[in-house]
Amino acid sequence: MYQNMITLHQMDKILYDSQRQGRISFYLTNTGEEAAQIGSTAALEDTDLIYGQYRETGSLLYRGFPLENFMHQCYGNAKDIGGGKQMPIHYGSSEHHFVTISSTLATQLPQAVGSAYAFKREKNGRIVLAYFGEGAASEGDAHGAMNMASTLKCPVIFFCRNNGYAISTPTTEQYGGDGIAGKAIGYGIHVIRVDGNDLIAVYNATKAARQMAMENEPILIEAMTYRLGHHSTSDDSAAYRSNEEVNIWQQNDNPIVRFRTVLQNMEWWNDEEEMAYRQKAQKEIMKAFLYAEKIPKPNILSMFDDVYKEMPKNLQEQRDELAEHLNNYGRYYPMKDFEGT
Amino acid sequence: MATTGYVIKSLINLIKIRSIRYASGITFVPSQADPSLGEISKMNLCQAINNAIDIAMGSDSSTCLFGEDVAFGGVFRCTVGLQEKYGKDRVFNTPICEQGIAGFGIGLAVCGSTAIAEIQFADYIFPAFDQIVNEAAKYRYRSGNLFNCGKLTIRATWGAVGHGGLYHSQSPEAYFTHTPGLKVVVPRGPIQAKGLLLSCIRNENPCIFFEPKLLYRAAVEDVPIGDYETELEQAEVVKEGKDITVVSWGTQLHVALDAAKVAEEEIGVSCEVIDLRTILPWDIDTVAKSVKKTGHLIITHEAPITSGFAAEISTKVQERCFFHLEAPISRVCGWDTPFPHIFEPFYLPTKWRIIEAIKKLIDFQH
Repeated sequence: MYQNMITLHQMDKILYDSQRQGRISFYLTNTGEEAAQIGSTAALEDTDLIYGQYRETGSLLYRGFPLENFMHQCYGNAKDIGGGKQMPIHYGSSEHHFVTISSTLATQLPQAVGSAYAFKREKNGRIVLAYFGEGAASEGDAHGAMNMASTLKCPVIFFCRNNGYAISTPTTEQYGGDGIAGKAIGYGIHVIRVDGNDLIAVYNATKAARQMAMENEPILIEAMTYRLGHHSTSDDSAAYRSNEEVNIWQQNDNPIVRFRTVLQNMEWWNDEEEMAYRQKAQKEIMKAFLYAEKIPKPNILSMFDDVYKEMPKNLQEQRDELAEHLNNYGRYYPMKDFEGT
Repeated sequence: MATTGYVIKSLINLIKIRSIRYASGITFVPSQADPSLGEISKMNLCQAINNAIDIAMGSDSSTCLFGEDVAFGGVFRCTVGLQEKYGKDRVFNTPICEQGIAGFGIGLAVCGSTAIAEIQFADYIFPAFDQIVNEAAKYRYRSGNLFNCGKLTIRATWGAVGHGGLYHSQSPEAYFTHTPGLKVVVPRGPIQAKGLLLSCIRNENPCIFFEPKLLYRAAVEDVPIGDYETELEQAEVVKEGKDITVVSWGTQLHVALDAAKVAEEEIGVSCEVIDLRTILPWDIDTVAKSVKKTGHLIITHEAPITSGFAAEISTKVQERCFFHLEAPISRVCGWDTPFPHIFEPFYLPTKWRIIEAIKKLIDFQH
């Protein structure tokens, strides 16, 4: 778990910088929330289904998603298993039971409930964990999801990352009640609030929650944490919060630092191992990064694939129309970046 | 002499019109099922829907049916008896929350279950618009086909009912036809409804199935009792003709047929009437073939005219049949107002408005 937190942190730095250099179009870091992500996923079975928001890259990393695949998705190259269709960080993997991320906030929540209901009917021993931020909890879909999970008694864990901000909006402007945990009782859902920067606390809470979910009892975990980084590469958080505020969390309550202390106190980890692992991770991440950067983007006409399971006539005609147009005017388009041209 | 004859005929028609009692309903025109489908039973639209869902649930144990009030049989009785037959875990009520219903259905389908979600009135599908348009329609595409919700069907009651006012009369198909990734289907009667609904449920793309509620009781046909599917994306020529093509769907298809009958008897114009059936993706080939023969096109739907689906049809037909068109394409649709309560008779594109359009089209070059 600790190594994944380090790898995640290093990968965030590299990809954040690559966006600043214009090599990828967008990025969103996980800084400060590594424990909440990895601790909760570690407490699940490998086949439990995960629905995420977007700041759960650590969850997929813990599940064994290859570094190259993170890079391929961010570059939208020909090896992106998503086909280059979505903005960077919208990862997905059926093999790792991680449902593809979409930008729309909270829409995954009632979907998670439906999937959990399917698992309950199949009696397949699986549960669903649905991640969301405290801002997304204000969406109507969150209300719909929790209510349905309760009335239909679904094996689902609602995992809320309360990191204090929704872009520039502090929680004081998000809700007037007692956080997100305070809403759960109203739906008849079990609830626990946990220190999201404490890897062990997150793990224990999720482990216990999974046990309850297995009995078809929905449960909400609110992990209290802090968003150390900017919201995204399109945000400069200095515009609405002070450096002093950020530094308090960075220096005094950093999830990676806290768990390193635990490991060192148990003599399971030391400075040399830390240094060696960081260098190894850096090398592997850079190797994957540079590899992905060299791969061309997918075939242009693949933009017409997967709209439907089969391609209807109108789409076939439109694909042929574009193919003919590129035949005539291809020199005015960035054809060389794409495969098959 | 020609002028004299026209005057005399007009006077006769005027007399006839005065004696006609205004009909607030429509005249349902029954179809005949393909005899090869075997034994038939008289069913109204509601019973045909129930029968289709029964067959779907009987043939696929993963199928769940859910929505507001479906457990006791539904507010239009389309789901009567299904909970008793298949169990409370497969036919169940949800909380009153359309976005929850759609999202829940997506989640079921993502895990391979067949999900039949009911939205009680098409007018209340809009709270689920985000789940349908941003999620269901884009699920397969955005994941590179790693995930999909193809096994989701959303059925909703649809169309005018005589007194539904603003929120129990809407025909929202055009909102959804502008969304790649969805299929949108509207049947005209029990035989079509059963076959088309079974196709939707078994199709591996998210489908929206609109049920004309005026026809739930009024439309009765001899429906094959066995399992059969009617092909999606395929229009049907319901009545052959050589002078004008009229395209419509749902309840309005019967208004078009009624108008066509009057036009033939009183004006001598031979109308070909086409039921579009699948609104997205739609069957341009059948419509274009017809227009190339007749040279004229009228499209009619209850929904408001501006940006209604008739606009899409007329543009595509104009592109494809330019050299065959002898007159401008005519659209006879609901006005650009919300759907009114007491003014419903004046809002709807009545058979008289269609007849008037037929006359104008035929007279266009004279």
